Amino acid sequence: MTPPTPGSPAGSPAAPDVPADTGATALLRFATAGSVDDGKSTLVGRLLHDSKSVLADQLEAVEHASRSRGQEAPDLALLTDGLRAEREQGITIDVAYRYFATPRRRFILADTPGHVQYTRNMVTGASTAELALVLVDARNGVVEQTRRHAAVAALLRVPHVVLAVNKMDLVGYAEDVFAAIAAEFTEYAASLGVPDVKAIPISALAGDNVVTPSATMDWYGGPTVLEYLETVPVGHDPSAEPARFPVQYVIRPQTAEHPDYRGYAGQIASGVLRTGRRVTVLPSGRSSTIAGIDLLGEPVDVAWAPQSVTVRLTDDLDVSRGDLIVPEGTGAEPVQDLTATVCHLHDRPLTPGARVLLKHTTRTVKAIVKEIPSRLSLADLSQQPAPGALAANDIGRVVLRTAEPLAVDDYADSRRTGSFLLIDPADGTTLTAGMAGDAFAGAARGAAGEAAGPTDDEGWDF
Amino acid sequence: MTSVTGPTAATGAGAATTAAGSGAEDEASGNPRALSHLDALESEAVHIFREVAGEFERPVILFSGGKDSIVMLHLALKAFRPAAVPFALLHVDTGHNFPEVLDYRDRTVAAHRLRLHVASVQEYIDRGALRERPDGTRNPLQTVPLLDAISGNRFDAVFGGGRRDEEKARAKERVFSLRDEFGAWDPRRQRPELWQLYNGRHAPGEHVRVFPLSNWTELDVWQYIARENIELPAIYYAHEREVFRRGGMWLAPGEWGGPRDGERTEKRRVRYRTVGDMSCTGAVDSGADTIDKVIAEIAASRLTERGATRADDKLSEAAMEDRKREGYF
Repeated sequence: MTPPTPGSPAGSPAAPDVPADTGATALLRFATAGSVDDGKSTLVGRLLHDSKSVLADQLEAVEHASRSRGQEAPDLALLTDGLRAEREQGITIDVAYRYFATPRRRFILADTPGHVQYTRNMVTGASTAELALVLVDARNGVVEQTRRHAAVAALLRVPHVVLAVNKMDLVGYAEDVFAAIAAEFTEYAASLGVPDVKAIPISALAGDNVVTPSATMDWYGGPTVLEYLETVPVGHDPSAEPARFPVQYVIRPQTAEHPDYRGYAGQIASGVLRTGRRVTVLPSGRSSTIAGIDLLGEPVDVAWAPQSVTVRLTDDLDVSRGDLIVPEGTGAEPVQDLTATVCHLHDRPLTPGARVLLKHTTRTVKAIVKEIPSRLSLADLSQQPAPGALAANDIGRVVLRTAEPLAVDDYADSRRTGSFLLIDPADGTTLTAGMAGDAFAGAARGAAGEAAGPTDDEGWDF
Repeated sequence: MTSVTGPTAATGAGAATTAAGSGAEDEASGNPRALSHLDALESEAVHIFREVAGEFERPVILFSGGKDSIVMLHLALKAFRPAAVPFALLHVDTGHNFPEVLDYRDRTVAAHRLRLHVASVQEYIDRGALRERPDGTRNPLQTVPLLDAISGNRFDAVFGGGRRDEEKARAKERVFSLRDEFGAWDPRRQRPELWQLYNGRHAPGEHVRVFPLSNWTELDVWQYIARENIELPAIYYAHEREVFRRGGMWLAPGEWGGPRDGERTEKRRVRYRTVGDMSCTGAVDSGADTIDKVIAEIAASRLTERGATRADDKLSEAAMEDRKREGYF
């Protein structure tokens, strides 16, 4: 009953005749940060509404709920605050994921609350984001919360940061107000090592520069927020980075048709894999050659991040889940001692001596928290030495010892192979999010390094 | 939330010449190898299936014969090629099935030589373990047979086709969602989920619901069905059907108990946007008898699929959240 797709065998990545309506657009994941007071809900609501992503029954439900709460205008925050407790308390508890699209791109928006447990939630939302949208109120400029948001974006190595200077209507659409805020923020973000900052003057309420260009700020010649989201580079060219392939699962059909097939299934974490290339399997260090790559059933010569593929090797090595396949001579040296910047997520504090599980790519090993040398204040980037413990929402440095060697990259080089979780072995709770290496790039790194002591001079530079 | 990108998406002649054909038609991306949104979503879902295969003992795929579970199975088949899917299927059968859907289910199971478990709501009613609701809706009754099937078969990972765009309680759901020994979901005690690191640790008796389509929208699902040329039960396409009006929806008569006195049937050209229990799944007026027409119709729709077709979600603002807390899909 489904009409055949012309000329395209099902699932073939090389199908030349993709029908126009499959809409082969790229996917941009971004996170918003800011409080209700900054107009974040209004901005998100306007992005969704003006891109026609809020449908009639949803708007009707929001209008109904708003009226029953005695509000005159529909409260667009109710679109994202889906849980009973959130509606009852009028707060956002958790990261909400929203989906919208324009003819140019598909977007996944991680909407993170600005107040309660904001660090934990923003860290979560930013971990997969390629862009962070930070809001400030033009009347207040860069405040402590803005600096926290910029610091989280820098810490999680979100490649692009947009500063939306909101409520320009309340400062008379004055160019000098915007310019001063933009300059202060850009300088601060640069000091944290954020590679790309774009400041945009907006009024989410009036609609200036959100989806349509402002009629009142002709001094601003740049893109609107939506135009910027539609055109910012997605990802980066994987050929510019070393290949990393964590093995998830070994595929062995053992059928009459495929008696000897042995393929290593995984998602390419970074870089490009090619048939015929020499590779090393970590942590064992044994080398082989890529005999073939299967892209979900179709053989290909080349594959790249983040494709899910199955890799076959020429040699019959002992490879299993948790191993990392890298081009020969490029992998991180497997180590058992690890220094990292972490965000503690759980209400039970993290203390030196804690025995945990460490989940890195597809490998989970036992680990001990050896030391917590410092705790970082996101507001002023000051370091508190020897804090004794990290509480929920704390950022700090930890020194870990693992039971088995791990080939961990610097998080600055690879978000995928430089990140890990600490898990409570007793009940499986996710305790802590970790990033191998230093907290920040750039100038702030020096300041952070002084308090952290000699552990900072281990060649995490990039 | 359903996105509204129309078939106007920028795929022109350029798409045909893109290297390897799988790159997104996104000239601004600055990344010649950026994946198209469907390739990115497919890769993410395959990664999720393989994580479960690597970390769990007894996973199972919830399979209703609806489009989302069909897409899930298609992804699972691709994830483990050329080997067989290392999971069984579980159908929670309300007893109010569309015959076309049951037929589709059985053909699919046979074609791929899968193992199918059926948890029957009717059996529970027949032996008095569940009682029919006054409104005749059996959707909420599925929870007990589902949880019994999970504990009876000691399934530790249960794949569901739920999408975050479907409903606002689902928007806060994790990809790996821990359920306690009572199958309950506590939205305030969810594990934070960062990067692509999914934490599947659980105690004996607990299980993890896994949602590989978390980040897909209704339109993505249909675009993927078109791209992959996936067969669906015929009721997803426009056809003539006797229907009657109840609660603002077109319901199909059947052994489940409709129509009641005073409800008149009429013949209309309809299709189903979702497929579930016959007593609470409505048809929509539609002339979309091909996949391209369905995609165009969804892109132009001003209603979400649940808003248009699910009576059970109209019960209250937190209907889905309450069902989920009790262990529903």
